[in-house]
Amino acid sequence: MKSTWWKIACVVLLVYTAVGGLLFDVPRLNIVNETIRALYFHVPMWFGMVVMFSLSVFYAIRHLRHPSVESDIFSVAYAYVGLAFGILGIITGMIWANYTWGSPWHGDPKQNAAAIALLVYFAYFILRGSVANDEQRARLSAAYNIFAFVAMIPLLFIIPRMTSSMHPGNGGNPGFNTYDLDSRMRLVFYPSVIGWILLGLWIATLRIRIKLMEEKINEQEDEKNK
Amino acid sequence: MNRKMKKISSILLFLCFASTALRAQEAQMADTMRSEGKIYALVAIILVILLGLIFFLVFIDRKVSRLEKRMDGKN
Repeated sequence: MKSTWWKIACVVLLVYTAVGGLLFDVPRLNIVNETIRALYFHVPMWFGMVVMFSLSVFYAIRHLRHPSVESDIFSVAYAYVGLAFGILGIITGMIWANYTWGSPWHGDPKQNAAAIALLVYFAYFILRGSVANDEQRARLSAAYNIFAFVAMIPLLFIIPRMTSSMHPGNGGNPGFNTYDLDSRMRLVFYPSVIGWILLGLWIATLRIRIKLMEEKINEQEDEKNK
Repeated sequence: MNRKMKKISSILLFLCFASTALRAQEAQMADTMRSEGKIYALVAIILVILLGLIFFLVFIDRKVSRLEKRMDGKN
């Protein structure tokens, strides 16, 4: 986890995304025009969020099966980064919607569901903040984490597909891949997704390492006070 | 002869309209900006911000590593 090769890969991929995302050829489409390039930056935020929340719920389940301080620390760190990705995703989505749909908040099912999913995760942090006992906080928030994850999946991936949504890939609308996410766009899009996910992991591991040290210091202080 | 001319001219007229209609369908892109090379200014600005933030992250990473070493030394 502390090795550097994947951090270098992360930097290389993100630099490549910034350069390729702005300079490489993209399909010429009406309405989206040049903003089609936002795909390279807006969509990886959501990919990143789902990966971070998946890791978070993985450690939450592990915590419920074998309670440990470490799995709680891991679970929270990934949830934090996932939430950050989600907020960035919804803001970039609003900017993009302003140009292509005509207003930043269009009340589109995909937008509303994404907002609800984020609120569900906000509640996770409120729950954590409201419990004073460490073990109780870890156990309660791990259980809630599963609930939040299970709520997020249909909110993002099922409900918008069942109604009429203007978001590509939903409500009968083709995703970019069905018409023009051709090989040219995939060449930047997939590296971008991997790069942003690696950046999320990097930030999360920093938080985890700091928290693990803090835990160690707490233990040492407890021993001194005995 | 007259009928043939009419036919040809109507076909020509149709082709004319069809070509303008096709051109209208071609989406507008920032071709002027690209041809003037101004896009490179944007790329440079974004790269500076991205790399600046990444360096910041690297510094935090090294600081954390140093702290971890000190902690391990103490135990």
